[in-house]
Amino acid sequence: MRKIYIPLLTLLTSGYIAKGQADIYPAPAEKGKIFISGGTIHVGNGQVIENGSIEIDNGKIVQVGQNITPANGDKVIDAKGKQIYPGLILPVTDLGLKEIAEGVRGSNDFEEIGDLNPDIRSIVAYNTDSKITNTLKSNGILLAGVTPEGGSISGSSSVVQLDAWNYEDAAYKLDNGIHVNLPSFIPRPRRGFGPNRPEAGDDPTAKALEKVEELKSFFRQAKAYLAESTHKQVNIKFESVKGLFTGQQRLFIHCEEVKQMLIAVDFAKEFHFNLVLVGASDSWLVADLLAQNHISVILDQEHALPNTVDDDVDQPYKTPYELQKAGVLFALNDRHDETRYRNLMFNAGTAAAYGLTKEQALQAITLNSAKILGIDDRTGSLETGKDANIVISEGDILDMRTSIVTYALIQGREVSLDDHGKQLYARYKYKYGLK
Amino acid sequence: MRKLLLTLAALMAIEAVWAQESFPVNGVADPREGCYAFTHATIVKDGQTTLKDATLLIRKGKIISVGKADVPADAVVIDCTGKYLYPSFIDAYSDYGVPTPQREARQFNFRGPSQIESDQKGAYGWNQAIHTDVDAIRLFTVDEAKAKTLRSLGFGTVFTLQKDGIARGTGAVVTLAEEKENLDIVKEKAAAVYSFNKGTSTQSYPSSMMGSIALLRQTYLDAAWYKNSPPGEGLNLSLQYWNEEQSLPQIFDASDKWNVMRADRIGDEFGVQYIIKGGGNEYQRMEDMKATNASFILPLNFPDAPEVEDPNDARFVSLEDMKHWELAPTEAGAFEKKGITFALTTADLKDPKTFLSNLRKAMDYGLSEAAAFEALTKVPATLLGVYDKVGSLDAGKLANFVITNGPIFGEKTSFLQNWVQGIRYDVKNADWNTISGTYTLNLADASGNHQTYTLTVKNTTSGSIVQNDTTQVKLAFDGKLVKMSWSFGRKARTSIRLSGATTDSLWSGTGLDTAGNLLQWTASLTQATAPVDSAGRRKMPLHLGKLTYPMDGYGWDTLPKQQAILIKNARVWTNEAQGRLENTDVLVRNGKIAAIGQNLSAADALVIDGTGKELTPGIIDEHSHIAAASINEGAQSVTSEVRIADNLNPDDIQIYRQLAGGVTTSHILHGSANSIGGQTQLIKLRWGVDDTSLKFKGADPFIKFALGENVKRTTSSQNNRFPDTRMGVDQVFVDAFQRATDYENALKGPNGKFVRRDLELDALVEIMNHKRFITCHSYVQSEITALMRVAEHYGFKVNTFTHILEGYKVADKMKAHGANTSTFSDWWAYKMEVQDAIAYNASLMHQMGLNVCINSDDAEQARHLNQEAAKGIKYGGMSEEDAFKMVSLNPAIALHVADKVGSIKVGKDADLVLWSANPLSIYAHPEKTIVDGTIYFDVDRDLQLRKDISAERNRLIAKILAEKSGDTPGAGGPRRFRPSYEVLLSCGDHDHHNGLITVDYQDGDDDGK
Repeated sequence: MRKIYIPLLTLLTSGYIAKGQADIYPAPAEKGKIFISGGTIHVGNGQVIENGSIEIDNGKIVQVGQNITPANGDKVIDAKGKQIYPGLILPVTDLGLKEIAEGVRGSNDFEEIGDLNPDIRSIVAYNTDSKITNTLKSNGILLAGVTPEGGSISGSSSVVQLDAWNYEDAAYKLDNGIHVNLPSFIPRPRRGFGPNRPEAGDDPTAKALEKVEELKSFFRQAKAYLAESTHKQVNIKFESVKGLFTGQQRLFIHCEEVKQMLIAVDFAKEFHFNLVLVGASDSWLVADLLAQNHISVILDQEHALPNTVDDDVDQPYKTPYELQKAGVLFALNDRHDETRYRNLMFNAGTAAAYGLTKEQALQAITLNSAKILGIDDRTGSLETGKDANIVISEGDILDMRTSIVTYALIQGREVSLDDHGKQLYARYKYKYGLK
Repeated sequence: MRKLLLTLAALMAIEAVWAQESFPVNGVADPREGCYAFTHATIVKDGQTTLKDATLLIRKGKIISVGKADVPADAVVIDCTGKYLYPSFIDAYSDYGVPTPQREARQFNFRGPSQIESDQKGAYGWNQAIHTDVDAIRLFTVDEAKAKTLRSLGFGTVFTLQKDGIARGTGAVVTLAEEKENLDIVKEKAAAVYSFNKGTSTQSYPSSMMGSIALLRQTYLDAAWYKNSPPGEGLNLSLQYWNEEQSLPQIFDASDKWNVMRADRIGDEFGVQYIIKGGGNEYQRMEDMKATNASFILPLNFPDAPEVEDPNDARFVSLEDMKHWELAPTEAGAFEKKGITFALTTADLKDPKTFLSNLRKAMDYGLSEAAAFEALTKVPATLLGVYDKVGSLDAGKLANFVITNGPIFGEKTSFLQNWVQGIRYDVKNADWNTISGTYTLNLADASGNHQTYTLTVKNTTSGSIVQNDTTQVKLAFDGKLVKMSWSFGRKARTSIRLSGATTDSLWSGTGLDTAGNLLQWTASLTQATAPVDSAGRRKMPLHLGKLTYPMDGYGWDTLPKQQAILIKNARVWTNEAQGRLENTDVLVRNGKIAAIGQNLSAADALVIDGTGKELTPGIIDEHSHIAAASINEGAQSVTSEVRIADNLNPDDIQIYRQLAGGVTTSHILHGSANSIGGQTQLIKLRWGVDDTSLKFKGADPFIKFALGENVKRTTSSQNNRFPDTRMGVDQVFVDAFQRATDYENALKGPNGKFVRRDLELDALVEIMNHKRFITCHSYVQSEITALMRVAEHYGFKVNTFTHILEGYKVADKMKAHGANTSTFSDWWAYKMEVQDAIAYNASLMHQMGLNVCINSDDAEQARHLNQEAAKGIKYGGMSEEDAFKMVSLNPAIALHVADKVGSIKVGKDADLVLWSANPLSIYAHPEKTIVDGTIYFDVDRDLQLRKDISAERNRLIAKILAEKSGDTPGAGGPRRFRPSYEVLLSCGDHDHHNGLITVDYQDGDDDGK
């Protein structure tokens, strides 16, 4: 459960502006062939190729298999004894929009004022020089769905690749989805003065349904508006959801409760949108229903407490397995504000410890995420024709003991794995004369 | 308005008002003796004595005699044949006639400005929640409406107080007569009352349970010190009244089972035995309740059945809440069974009128009638020191009694009249004469024709007439006047309507027939219906769920026991010189590790096959905020007087969840709201025990300090609490330790015994004397160095820097100072001061030779501290064994308990975890977690519990639905679903990843009281 952000309480601003790291350079475009040879290839679709190689040309994967030999003079990355993975994808994040989570309001650009903001576009505020980006790349996370927050319709997300000079370079898929937040059906206690005071005010169910109706009304009117090709007055908000009706955009509904998910199913039935639930910690309770309605799920936070005292102690850990079993298309996310999203692969590792196979867990942070974000034609797995978004790890990337990334390629470009942490580590080893 | 009410009241109070000599009379004096004789009654004098066919004689509001007596000539004789007289009830905890002050709309807000000083004007003490100046007697006014309600329940006397604040001043015992207040007082100061709830006080301090406790403790000390009239203090009325009130009975409104224990410990410390008001959940821990030696005042506010019709709502109603709904009515019976003295009260009831039905329910659930009667008469009278005046029917006492038509707790018994101070108030006087029976009804018309019928009266509203056929009669009887009507034949062409009055069993009056002809009528009783229900109550068969410890689904029916355990053939991570031992056995006996080796055997031991598994010492979390009722006392910058130990909460589900993650010991820290926070408590995760038994015995005491953004309240735009910068933080420490130094010198000086004991400074003196140790929340290098320099100046060390995300920058300085470190594995960038936090911090500090721990500070993260430790391998290449020590041996060293825990060594505590795989692997999970040789988590039991929880939830939901099926929907508006909120406390440092119905209380929230 994410804390509700209250901008008024963080009015305090600081002169600090997030700076990039001047000495970490985006890699130049890669021309010509690269071979990755002799590693264990985790394709991302469940398949594993032992002692396999990958041939890359002009940033694309052209061959994957066991008997691929580089020509003399080709660039070769020796991956012998190492594990090769598709670039990991952080599907829904405020990366590049929120530099310092608390106390420095000036570093934050993730939540706009207003309730219905479909026209808000995250990409224009995306800061490629965020220091956080480098700590993700060095852990194998190469793509991210940069997403605005707040209001009932937050705006549109875009997928970016994490090695870029500016947001236009970074853009991997623009405006891939519109993000909606559903109201809660659970009464909240009044804060302060005793722990268990229920809210005396309106019935949350009535309020929530009213809000849902308002949202539906927006989409109904948008649909009617878009059916007409010319307008005396252009409605920017309606124009900005056009892709939902043409199937080019996904509707991401952020919700946690079963009742919200029932509302989401209702949305799917009425509007035939391509629907994704985000958060969805209680989705295991309606997994079959979601599968039947072809609604996919992004689980926000694997490392979370159970939603109720009576829940199984390991419920959040095994929810991915329960979705897998029911045939729901799902991806794993990392929205942990204190580690800043660098543990995505360990969220998958935990899912593997609680039911998924390792390859299924990997798929939940690669190919499934690509499918859900609408980029699986270009990435998400190590298959011919896709971008060479590739990570090489010393060992099992899902386990902290061995998750040590030695190479990362984005569109065939070998990207720097340096980051703020590594630089300060080096600086202080130097101070103390440590090796 | 007042006049009007008095007029109305006069209609109910049939007796004349006693005259007050000093009050002039507007009119003609009307002195009366008020002498009554109640004859032929069954008089229950008290719980032991019942007199048959006896006489109660009263005069001028008091009892003259009980038993056989000559009735004086001036007595009004009331024949009470078939009636019962009981002493009326006493409510031991009410606010009858005393206004409850309302809290101002503004609430304490951590991010808003604080009200640091008291708002109370005058020569009072420093804290606005200490209301020793309040005497309920000065505020008391008669409240006719409430008096009437309470009298209708059988009450004649109440203890009343102003329910506001931590010290609530004194309460009075008053009667429920509607006389001028002067005449209603039984005892003007009957008891002094305390609570943990600061009520309407808008002053920042205290903002926590711990703070309330500290405030009470300090006030006891201050009041004792004030007795010597310390010259600098001037007049302090709050302390003066506090001292005056100590001679009264002392009542503590605890209102919760663990609060009972907290209150009782304060009492023990200062030689006070409180009378404790409970809250309704005390039955869950009766052994602890008994151990207080207290008398109790118990409310009967049973929870409403939760709303569970909608399964998606029911999901958020906890098993614990449903069990409490089922078992709450057992409370009074449980106290009786334990032999604990208790009184009952209508307090906390949403609708006081439910008191009697709830009382009967309590009887169905095990409370005896005799105990209930005592709890409403003699016990409260005795506790409040008024048994000489009320509580039984004895000569000389107030004439406070009820007249009933049957045994007092009988299902069909009516309270007829409730006499208060010799004044009659009718309750259901219409039932005085049982009118049920067969009558001969005689109708005479104007021409003298008579018709005779047989009238059968069923009750005060219905009857029937027999003339050929049986015809139903509509009847209304109010005790004196009667009206009846009936129609012969279906089409009701003929009808008779009668109106009349009764004199004993003869009724007479007039009426009209169908044609409108005048009738005269009489009805005389020929055969009374024998009263039923004289045998009293029927017992309902009960099928109740089990009590568990704690009450949620993961609790125990009976607490697990220490046992001899032999774990065979595991890989054993000793954390000692021998490192990891393959295929090794570990024997546990008497809670200690008894042997480590191969091919061990022990006939009496439970053998656990560890083949393919790994055995480690239990995980120790150096920085945790679980299992407490409050975490932050943020109202002042220095609160070293508050103690986590004062408010442990052993029911916290996080204990179980963390056992499932292999944690056996947790250091429960005060939050980071202020520079010098509270005293910490090391606990062992003994799931199911009581608060005291959670403590890690024999551990050195610690205290929490904090630096940086949180203590300077960076997220507040309106901070007015010093300090606001790191420069100020430094001076908070300098000032505190200088004051502590001066204080210690004064204590040791010639006038030491006159020095005011200061709990805040006591803790700081302990630090300077190396008897208490600091763990300090810290982030950036400047503040770390600055605190070390202050410490060195005052001659002590900072034992541990916790969080310490820039520790790698000053690793050499910390090493030189001698500090331990406890950090997050890979947290950063969640606020400004962690911009330079790096995941290599632990490894770098380890390479520099510091003792490094990895802590959770988060109830979720604590569930996989093994994985957090494993990140030391990823970031900086630590060895597996060194990495695991960061969550086991190293925190044991930092916490000074490495002689007891932290490694697997013969003689150490048997705190062990059996893992399914290498504990540093993400794929590993604990299968058994053992504390002191007791298995507190077992993966197999956990699987069984899941089934049990589901079954028990289903049983209770079915029971609730069955019980609710009789409800009329819409009565009083739809009932709103209300989730079982899970309160989670945190240091306020960062975001948390909680469940959907979690309420996250952070710094300064007014939590938990």
